[in-house]
Formats: sequence, structure tokens, C-alpha cells
Amino acid sequence: MIFPYKKTDRGEIRQGEISFGTLTGWGGVLLGLLLSMVWGASLGGCSFETRSKTASLCVAGSTSVQPFAEKLAEVFMNLHPEVRIDVQGGGSSAGIFAARQGAADLGASSRELAGDEKDLVEIPIAYDGIAVIVHPTNPLENLGLETLREIFQGKIRDWGELGLKAHAIHLITREEGSGTRNAFEEMVMGKSEITPAALVQDSNGAVREIVANDPHALGYISVGLVDHRVKAVKIEGVPPTRDNIRSHTYKLVRRFILVSRLPPRGCAKEFVDFILSAKGQSLLEAEGLVGIVE
Amino acid sequence: MNREKFIERLLLVLALSSITSLLLITIFIFLEGLPLIWHTGLTNFLFSDHWAPTRGRFGILAMIISSLLVTLGAMVLGVPLGLGCAIVLAEFAPRRLKLILKPTLELLAGIPSVVYGFLGVVWLVPLIRDYLGGPGLSLLTGALILGIMILPMIIGISIDALDAVPESYRQGSIALGATQWQTVARVVLPAARSGIITAIILGMGRAIGETMAVIMVAGNALKIPTSILDPVRTLTSNIALELGYASGRHREALFATGIVLFVIIMILNFSATLITRRK
Repeated sequence: MIFPYKKTDRGEIRQGEISFGTLTGWGGVLLGLLLSMVWGASLGGCSFETRSKTASLCVAGSTSVQPFAEKLAEVFMNLHPEVRIDVQGGGSSAGIFAARQGAADLGASSRELAGDEKDLVEIPIAYDGIAVIVHPTNPLENLGLETLREIFQGKIRDWGELGLKAHAIHLITREEGSGTRNAFEEMVMGKSEITPAALVQDSNGAVREIVANDPHALGYISVGLVDHRVKAVKIEGVPPTRDNIRSHTYKLVRRFILVSRLPPRGCAKEFVDFILSAKGQSLLEAEGLVGIVE
Repeated sequence: MNREKFIERLLLVLALSSITSLLLITIFIFLEGLPLIWHTGLTNFLFSDHWAPTRGRFGILAMIISSLLVTLGAMVLGVPLGLGCAIVLAEFAPRRLKLILKPTLELLAGIPSVVYGFLGVVWLVPLIRDYLGGPGLSLLTGALILGIMILPMIIGISIDALDAVPESYRQGSIALGATQWQTVARVVLPAARSGIITAIILGMGRAIGETMAVIMVAGNALKIPTSILDPVRTLTSNIALELGYASGRHREALFATGIVLFVIIMILNFSATLITRRK
């Protein structure tokens, strides 16, 4: 009988070791590549002046402002084919930081400027309400600010305490640093903290998705992004309609602002003027925001 | 310079560059993160569960616990399944079945984690919410998805380890009158032990480092979980969720979270290497 001594124990294990080693090696190379790509992208995305006749503009910041800024940029670029506008997300803080560094021509923020950021030029472009949303089948119609605060503090944890069918409230909030969360904390929470038991999602869309699918969920998103799959409740008896937001009768209203290090010039100024023009403002209104210019 | 030498040098440069980038990343993470640990104090950072970075509270205990629990859960699911699958494929399966199954498993490894996460959200989350209760985004969901994600790695490395056991061991055992299962359980598995342990440890490293899928299905709440249906936030999720917005101390705290993760994964990899060397 012939024994097939093809595989020796040691040989195979060695091979295994080597392939593990190469794996980590490749990981390093890949990371390096990735880093250089990211670096390249940030260069290419922003401050690059493209060819002779075209001008480019970079708007970066709040993910709440991003979809609206994209819409505005699209229409503006149709009117001015020689200008290219890049709209990037990253969050309000990142946008303000980018504007200060000059990495972006305009930073977009859905929160007010903090103390040491006040030296930047701010251009308010629209009002946005924050809607408190529940599943469409949820009979809840109205919430007082005080009750809303107690829910988010974790003091009220059951729908039963609000006079509905008893079931745990599945609370959803945004991540720390988000402009929407920041505005919500300022307007609702005061000095108190949002309970650590709340689920955290990193975008308006993700919060809406969960609330749309979970009959026991409660969350908050930008009014402009409320659709038929979720129900926005009244706050202190006031529904988040356009008129109520403009008149500030609805309590949860924040401003969307653009910031820049210096007063905008050239195509940045043109873009800002366009946003504040009747056409720009009506575009924002059509997307669900409330214009800041009467 | 002759061709042989030239290629040798070229490969050396390539090898060194990958090591250098790894080194640079390490230095960068530590430079960014250490000041915060210094500032908050190591015990405060590691053993406080109060994470409110905009209020200057940087305790990551809840996330350490969550990361470990999610990983443990993934191992409970992934190790028996993966090991069972590897044993069948290496020892019992007819050659033709193996020819179909092995590439399929390798394909499983190629699916991006965001796809796993998406499947988890649309399919697993509602199931858990409707049948087990809670918000559905939970420790359990995260562990289940991760358990599936680490299968290809555990199976792949285990099969290699089993295949590496010399055929003579099996023949010897069978010749002594042992059944095929006795041979596998008493001879082949012990002989392949170090390889299998490596597979498990590397699977663990993969599970603890996975980010995207976990962010999507685990709920990311900051509380220390009291039930497997509670939402949890892992160390990786914390970094990925908040890095986009963070600045100043908050940013440093996220890099410090990265240091903790780095140390945990280094310990895992190091023990994997030790176990493979020990023969």
C-alpha cells in the first residue's frame, strides 16, 4: 500500500502563516491607498480651480441642509453652466470648520454658531421646523413641550403614561454633534440630557425609516423630510405647518445658515444671491422648508 | 544590477512601505487619542459609562461591554456552525459537494458588510421586533449578523488546518479500528487544534472590528445593556457615528476609543500568532 505523503503537517501550517502575514501586509497597502484616495478626493472635490472658463464652488456641512443645497446647486448650475458646485455632507461642525479653514467656500450649518465661531460671516437662508414623528397608526395627536422633554429624559417610558395602549416607547435620537440633535436639545431639553437608553441613528432618513416601520417608535426629524409614511404630531397644540413655522407659533424652529470666513465674493456671492432671490426661496419652499425672505 | 536582485529590492521596498503605512497609522491614532486619556484619566475613560462628549464626559465602559457582548454572541453562533461546516467539508463531504460548497463560502466572504447590515435591517430587525419584542435593533440582532459574517473566515481557516493533518494519522486511526467520527473527534481535531483556535481568534477580531453592519442593526444606544433585546453601541460604531461631527476633545475621545479597539485587536492577533507558533 502506498501512503500519499503529499501534505506534511509543517509545510501546510507554514503556508497558512505566510498567507496570514501577507494579508496584514495587503491591509496596510490598502489603507495607504485609501488614505491617499481620500486625500486626493478632498483636494479634487474642493479648492481645485478647474480649467480656464469654469469656476468651481464647494459647499460642505450639515446633512440636514445638504439635500436642499444640492437642489439649489442643480438649478443654479443650469442657469450658469460655467460654474460647478460641489455639495458635500459631513455635518454642521465639519462644515463650519471647513469654511474657517477655507477647504469649503461656504459651510452649511443647521445649528447656530457657537461662541468662538461668531467671527465667521453667517447668511441665514431658511427656517426649518423639527417634527416629532410617530407611526401613522399611532393615535397620539399632540405633545406638550414638558411631556416631550420628560420622554426624552427617560422619565416617561411607556405609551400608557400618555393615555395610550401600554407599550414601551422606542425612542430614537440623533448622534452627538448632529445639528438636528443640537437644535432639539436647545429647544426641548434645556440643560437636561437625552436618555442613554434611546436608539441613535446617524441621519434623518434612518430615523424616519425606523419610525415608519415600528408602531411604538418616537423620533424627531426635519419637517422638510416628513412624508406619508410617518405622522408629525402637534407640539403644544400647534401642527408644524409652513405658516406656523414662519410665525414661530410652532415651537421647534431652527435656522439653516451658510457661513464663510470672509463675505462671499465672485461665484460664491452669486450663489448666495440666488438662494436669497425669490426663485431660490421658492425652490426651498417647494422642498418643504420655509423661506427666510418674505 | 541583475534582474534577480532588482526584483528582490523592489519587493523589499513594497513590503517596507506597507509596514511603514501601518506604523504611521498607529502613531497617528496614538498621537490623536492619548492627550484625551491623559486629560480624563485612564480609569475615568475606561470605567465610566457616561458618554456625553459635548458636555465633557468621556466614559466608554458601556461600549466596551457592548463590543465584548456582541462579539461573544457572534462567537456562540459562528463557532459551532463554522467548525461543524469545516469538519463536514474537510472530512465527510464527497469531493463534488466540496467543490460546490467551498467556492460558495468564499463568495460569502466577498459580500460587503453594508449588504449584511441592510439585510439585517429589512429582514431580521422586524422579525425580532415582532416575535421577541423590543425595538428590534438590538444586541441579539448585531450578534446574529456578525455570527454569519465571520463564518467564511472560521470555515476557511479551519478547513486549511484540517487538511494539513497528515493522511497517515487518519489511516493509522482507522487501521486501529476507530470509526470515522472517532478518528475525527479524537485524532484529527486535536492535531488541528492550533489552526482551529487561530481561526476562532481571527474570527473574533473580525467581529469586534466590524462597523457598518453593526451600526445599522444594533441601535447604538449608550446604555449598558440589561437584556439581549436592548440596543447597544460598540466601540467601532461610536467612532464611525460621531467622527463626522466631532472636533476638539470630542475628536480626541474618538481616537482614544480607537486606541482601546487597537489594543484589543492587537492582543487577539498576538495570541493567534503565539498559538500558531507553539508546536
